[in-house]
Amino acid sequence: MSLAEFARRAADSDIWYSFRSSPVVVWATGVTLFILLAAFLSPVLAPHTPFDPATLNLMDALKPPVFFGDDADWTFPLGTDEQGRDVLSSIMYGTRLSLVVGFAATAFAMVLGIALGLVSGYVGGAVDAFIMRLADVQLTFPALLVALLIDGVVRGLISVQRHDEIAIYVIVGAIGLSFWVQYARTVRGSVLVEKNKEYVQAARVIGLSPVLIMVRHVLPNVMGPVLVIATINLGLAILTEATLSFLGVGLPSTEPSLGTLIRLGNDVLLSGTWWIVIFPGITLAVLVLAVNLLGDWLRDALNPKLR
Amino acid sequence: MKAELRRWALAGAAALALGLGAASTTEAKTFKWANAGDVSSMDPYYRNETFLLAFLENIYDPLVRRDEKLGLEPALAVKWGQMSPTTWFFDLRPNVKFHDGSPFTADDVVFSLNRASSGGSNLKGNFTSVKEIRKVNDHRVEVDTKYPDPLLASKWALILIMSKAWAEKNNAAVAADATKNEENFATRNAMGTGGFMLKERRAGEKTVLVPNPNWWDKPKHNLTEVIFTPIPNPATRVAALKAGDIDMMYEVPPQDTDGLKRDANLKVIEGPETRVVYLGFDHERDELLESNIKGKNPFKDRRVREAFHRSIDVQAIRRAVMRGQSFPTNLMVAPGINGYVKELDKRPPLLKPEEAKKLLADAGYPDGFETGMDCPNDRYVNDEKICQAVVAMLARIGIKVNLLAQTRSKYFSKILRKADNSPGETSFFMLGWSPATTYDVHNVFESLIQTPNKETKKGLFNVGGYSNKKVDELSDKMEQETDTEKRDAMIYEATKLYTEDYAYIPLHQQAVIWAARKNIELHQPADNRFPLRFVQVK
Repeated sequence: MSLAEFARRAADSDIWYSFRSSPVVVWATGVTLFILLAAFLSPVLAPHTPFDPATLNLMDALKPPVFFGDDADWTFPLGTDEQGRDVLSSIMYGTRLSLVVGFAATAFAMVLGIALGLVSGYVGGAVDAFIMRLADVQLTFPALLVALLIDGVVRGLISVQRHDEIAIYVIVGAIGLSFWVQYARTVRGSVLVEKNKEYVQAARVIGLSPVLIMVRHVLPNVMGPVLVIATINLGLAILTEATLSFLGVGLPSTEPSLGTLIRLGNDVLLSGTWWIVIFPGITLAVLVLAVNLLGDWLRDALNPKLR
Repeated sequence: MKAELRRWALAGAAALALGLGAASTTEAKTFKWANAGDVSSMDPYYRNETFLLAFLENIYDPLVRRDEKLGLEPALAVKWGQMSPTTWFFDLRPNVKFHDGSPFTADDVVFSLNRASSGGSNLKGNFTSVKEIRKVNDHRVEVDTKYPDPLLASKWALILIMSKAWAEKNNAAVAADATKNEENFATRNAMGTGGFMLKERRAGEKTVLVPNPNWWDKPKHNLTEVIFTPIPNPATRVAALKAGDIDMMYEVPPQDTDGLKRDANLKVIEGPETRVVYLGFDHERDELLESNIKGKNPFKDRRVREAFHRSIDVQAIRRAVMRGQSFPTNLMVAPGINGYVKELDKRPPLLKPEEAKKLLADAGYPDGFETGMDCPNDRYVNDEKICQAVVAMLARIGIKVNLLAQTRSKYFSKILRKADNSPGETSFFMLGWSPATTYDVHNVFESLIQTPNKETKKGLFNVGGYSNKKVDELSDKMEQETDTEKRDAMIYEATKLYTEDYAYIPLHQQAVIWAARKNIELHQPADNRFPLRFVQVK
């Protein structure tokens, strides 16, 4: 299929049509792409490197955003915090970390959930019962509590300095482990439907191993709903990370995500320097809103019953 | 059966009526206050820290206490003085009872003083001159000193007296060692003679005190209950005060002072504090614990210390971090303390980064080096933020500082000298000190600057083990010198020595800022103690 052919077929498809016909979704995509670009290109685009202490100067501290005060400075368009860090650059670097954690945690949860769901649905019996009861038990705890618990256990095991170094892995693991259930249940349900279909029986008859059947034949047919969950969970994972960081158990202040920035800014919320907390807050809200709108749209667009 | 029921009902109604009657005659005056961090322990010898001692002073009494003007006044001792240059006597107040009703006697005093000068006690530095403490009779204690110590009574104004019987019964006769994270019964319980009794203690959450109805002193407060809660987040603390959830906030974050002053329901009480906040180095180890330089200790080189000292811009910290509410200094004592030398309180000019780098290169570190740094995050005003600013300032001269900011209990356990006199586990640290026992500079020399010595109990808070023989000598001499002019000359010389040696990096005195609801009346002493006995709820 040539590129032109692909483009023609894509332009003709239902999904493209439903995308085009909803201005909200077009906007959400634009905003998401913009934030993604700004975040991942932050080392190139950001005007300052706020977390390299050698570049900071206390004399630049507490500058208001431009248009909001006399000593505002165009080098710091959104102002600076009390250590002289540029708020705009902090947000760009912080968003990058938030997104990295969000994507990594979602991917981790997805891989874990899919694997357990496939095994559970395909093998059945005691294995199925065990995995699904485990999932039921975990569903009774809010994801945030599970993440707090995992983080707390890790903190008890290692020293503070060591924890700061591996904080990002801990947080990805904690969020990933608290989100796998949804994937596992969805995949299991689809597998139960698929495994009795003729193509699976045919694969079994020609002697393929169960692992191969699960990964090569069943998995591609259950990926649709999984992707929808992943998109919606991405927003949720970013929010969970922000909540953990806001509570002070997430990423350290030497390597702040949006949540950490909001926590640091919150200390001075009532003292007139509103820009330190408001801008990271707005960024987080806009980012999660845009990702969630995309997720909702994808869910509807991929659902044949809604067409 | 029926008759019995009726009898019970009557009894219940009577009890209810009594209870209501009592409530209407004495109106409940609950006083709720908050601070960033919790009191580390209920044991008055756990830590030589103003906040802890000041909090426990409400539950325990000292022999001699500070009055509103910081002068001495009788507490558990009604009379005290020197019988000879090396013998002190304390005549104890008769008919004083502990909170459990047991009588207070000379045995409790001897026990408490010995407990405070041994075991894991952090107050040993107040016993450097003591030779023997003995009970003469139930109401008299005498103390022999090794040499004349005219300041003994004022040093002991913060040594609080515990119940001997209670401590022994509960296996708490020896003070727990904070540097080893030890605990015993006295860590979470208290038995003193003071104006308030400990009703409930939940570490890190809430501490409730109620007035002692049998206190020997006439209370100047009108409280019926005191609730203390630690609230680490400054914005939450401010919001709680504005909403009336708490009546008083100890140590207001500087950035919020202006906002609180504008609130008509609140008042802000402020004054300069005698505490100096400073940075210190590990001078003692031959290799730093937390550094990439192996086999030698860069901080032993005066040029390195000078480069650090002269690269830290305290004026910028004052402007950005302290919002103008600090008083930069070059000395380890504040104005108002006897022995403050105004002529020497001038910070050397700041170096340009190239100049500081040259100093480091001359010392053998052309590419700078890496060091750990310890800092509390709930002890001094904006402590963690000051440390972050210092990290940035040192980064510009090629020093990579790995900052570890922790809550006060963990931080103190890590950095303070151990009971066996080994140095604190730190390379570079922040600490604050106020000579609030004697208001004399000798306390600072003896505790922070003299070479640490387990036998003489000097230099106990000289965390990094700075050692200068000449300063040691001068400090010992000034302790006994009675001629003011000669003593001042010694102080001048010793002060010049440690400042020129860049032994420490003094940063500033913080302002003491408290805030309270309009209906609260209280008294703020300059040493940042908060005595509940002067609090009135209107």
